[in-house]
Amino acid sequence: MSDFTKALAAASLDLRGVRQTFGATLAVDDVSLTVAPGETVCLLGHSGCGKTTLLRMVAGLERPTAGQVSLDGREVAGPSVFVPPEQRGVGLMFQDYALFPHLTILENVTFGLARLPAAKARAIAEAALARVGLARYAGDYPHMLSGGEQQRVALARALAPQPGILLMDEPFSNLDQRMRERIREETMALLREKGATVLVVTHDPVEAMMIADRIALMRSGRIVQAGAPRDLYERPASLFAARFFCDLNEIAAVARDGRVETPLGVFAAPQGAGDGDCVVGLRPGDLTFVAPGSGVVDGVVESHRFLGDFDLATVVLDGLDNPLKIRTLPGKGPSPGARVGVAVVHSQALVFSAAGH
Amino acid sequence: MGRSFFGGGGDRGWVVSSAVVSVLVLAPVVSLAVIAAQGSGDLWPHILAFVLPDALRQTVVLLLGVGVLVVALGASLAWVMTAYDFPGRRIFDWALLLPLATPTYIVAYAYLDLLHPIGPVQSGLRALLGISDPRGLWFPEVRSMAGCILLLSFVLYPYVYLSTRAVFLMQASSLLEASRTLGAGRWRMFFRVALPLARPAIAVGASLALMEALNDIGASEFLGVRTLSVSIYSTWINRSNLPGAAQIALAMLVMVVSLVLLERWARRRQRYVSQAQRARRAAPVQLTGWRAVVAVACLSMPVLIGFALPALHVGAEALKRVRFAGVSPEIWQEILNTVSMAAVATVAAVTLGFIVAYAARLSRAPVGGALLRVASLGYAVPGTVLAIGLMTPIFTLDNLIADGLEAVFGVSVGLLISGSGAALVYAYVVRFLAISAGGVESGLAKLSPSLDSAARALGETPGGAMRRVHLPLLRPALGAAALLVFVDCMKELPATLLLRPLNFETLATHLYGEAARGTYEDGSVAAACIILVGLIPVIILARLGRRRQFSHDAKGPMNEAMAREMLLGDPTTARGRATS
Repeated sequence: MSDFTKALAAASLDLRGVRQTFGATLAVDDVSLTVAPGETVCLLGHSGCGKTTLLRMVAGLERPTAGQVSLDGREVAGPSVFVPPEQRGVGLMFQDYALFPHLTILENVTFGLARLPAAKARAIAEAALARVGLARYAGDYPHMLSGGEQQRVALARALAPQPGILLMDEPFSNLDQRMRERIREETMALLREKGATVLVVTHDPVEAMMIADRIALMRSGRIVQAGAPRDLYERPASLFAARFFCDLNEIAAVARDGRVETPLGVFAAPQGAGDGDCVVGLRPGDLTFVAPGSGVVDGVVESHRFLGDFDLATVVLDGLDNPLKIRTLPGKGPSPGARVGVAVVHSQALVFSAAGH
Repeated sequence: MGRSFFGGGGDRGWVVSSAVVSVLVLAPVVSLAVIAAQGSGDLWPHILAFVLPDALRQTVVLLLGVGVLVVALGASLAWVMTAYDFPGRRIFDWALLLPLATPTYIVAYAYLDLLHPIGPVQSGLRALLGISDPRGLWFPEVRSMAGCILLLSFVLYPYVYLSTRAVFLMQASSLLEASRTLGAGRWRMFFRVALPLARPAIAVGASLALMEALNDIGASEFLGVRTLSVSIYSTWINRSNLPGAAQIALAMLVMVVSLVLLERWARRRQRYVSQAQRARRAAPVQLTGWRAVVAVACLSMPVLIGFALPALHVGAEALKRVRFAGVSPEIWQEILNTVSMAAVATVAAVTLGFIVAYAARLSRAPVGGALLRVASLGYAVPGTVLAIGLMTPIFTLDNLIADGLEAVFGVSVGLLISGSGAALVYAYVVRFLAISAGGVESGLAKLSPSLDSAARALGETPGGAMRRVHLPLLRPALGAAALLVFVDCMKELPATLLLRPLNFETLATHLYGEAARGTYEDGSVAAACIILVGLIPVIILARLGRRRQFSHDAKGPMNEAMAREMLLGDPTTARGRATS
């Protein structure tokens, strides 16, 4: 029993200048990333950004075209080295779980323990199944289990061989909304308990913020920003990063002498950028309604939607072509057609140079 | 309004037609049982004591041997072709399918000639070893059970190869990758994951190969193996004893049924296995140096033995013959006979197959699907069995018609049905209906039911929807089905031997006659014609595979699986997909 419950020997992961090309397409472009032992890092990005390819290179399922992959200081992929997946000691959880349909649940979990004596392997597998609460399904086949149960079997199977690092590819996306949060919490609790190093691929920024110690945001094969969830949310390095985490109001403007003038007031131009076109981003929660004439600008409410935890209104402001989105407390917003004033609550406007977007 | 919209009356017509087709398919089997029950009089003890035990034993040994060999060959070839990459792999993609073009009787015919003591192989060996005495060289006898097993296996392995490769390609590569991240090397991955998952497909392929082996009459007879098929034929031809032949045929039918059941049993869990999720092709391992050479050498063997050697030999002999004697008028006549019989049978089989498959789509009740499966049973009935089952009803009918016409009009018309070849067409249709029905069915399965609804909502009748929507969309499926049926009819030997009109020769029966007599005259020309025609479906199949290679999408392997269904006429897999 104790073999499964004890913490595993978490490994570090080090990627240096990793590149992957498939024919003419560049899937992963010069990625460097370090994951400390016991840390959980999320690779976040839209589909096709190269995050899954990166994960597969760590697992050894793809060989990098260039660059280095090291696990716990040992080079497993490089110009002259390639360690096949079965010798890397990584655990991999697939989006579709990839449970072997012809093996029972217990046989699935035992699969990765072939090097141990049968009795010991069985004991570890049983302990792993017990830990995820599925001991009674040991003799069943995967198709007989629900999606959530299959997910837990996949987790137990990946963890049973005590991998140095656990790689998860969209591990929760096949679950329905209601179950997802519970299973996500259970999964992360188990991984913390085992002190595992975890690299998770996801496209969902909320999920990434919930589970990650650090997020690496990817775009077109590159990591565009990496850091703690709060850093990425509050200090996005690019308009892309800002858009990823938030449904941003964007106002086109021009920077002149370090100042950006907009109908919503004057903002500081991005540091280091010269004069020219730029974009001012304001989160729907950064704006609020005030009496007409008492805010920075007036406008007319176009629509108003009740969304449960908050309301979302759209307002056409004087001097702006595009309506802005404003978040209010539930039931507290003005009705459509009303003339209102708008004020900026936090002066947290994000200003980006338009060049490159 | 509701009634006409949902077409309650319309479907009934289709289902009734489909039921009629099913009755036509089942009729020979029923009549077989009736004839057999009449008893063969004093011949039965003789059959029971001397014919049946030996024929059964030889058939079982043949099937076991062929079964083991085709599975070993087909599955390992499929694995090498999906898991590895090496120079020339593209060529093997289609080359490994070539033996499908050579009927078993032609391969046996060619090897008898090739390996004859004074044939090119043995003469060449003797010259090489400096032996002048034609009996001085020991050479394994090809006219033996072992020879027959070997030759049949090298011709029939593509059934297993195709079905298994389709599964290897479709298997979510995440399963193989999962096994690797769990520490399994390539061997363990193959034996523990890939192979068990492919077991249902292997069973499908093997059972089809074994049905072909069971159906075979030419190769076994030329190579001196007295299978049930051969015994049925000789009991009828040499002893003119129909009940006796029917009794042996019934025993053979029992074997067919057990084969089908065995296959069903082997893939009882396929439903769950094939729920394999999104397929992503695992990157094949690149082989270089001596490993690549070994791979190419191993893959060349089955192509050489099962196709290249016999085809080249037959082709060369045919050229020699044509140069020496020209193309004889008999051959022209036989080509005309073969093509016209096959063409008539193709039109009938495609029409009836369409009716059966369309009825299955229209009828909401399960009866439509059940009828489709009954109508597709003929593919499992060996040609000799089918022919014996057809003989009595057709002779009876013929005599009734002839007597009736003579009594009423005073004219003698002879045997109308058997004399015109209608009996032969009937047999072809029963045997190959599964191909056309399966092809139409998988074509229909791709058409969304909302197309039907849309046509009906736009004011079309059910018949109009079929004419204006389904038929145009089904044209490729119908064309492919027609082609496959046509080629199979041209190659068919056992039923043709028994049911052809008197003095009516096709290319296949001509070849059989020459091989049986031991004369080698125009036979090679006939054989070359059959191989050329047999290449057509192989080319289509190979091109489907090629398209998959280029597009690299998840839909690719499905195309191949469909082609396999069409080629092999396996209606059960088509059903599984349509309903899933």
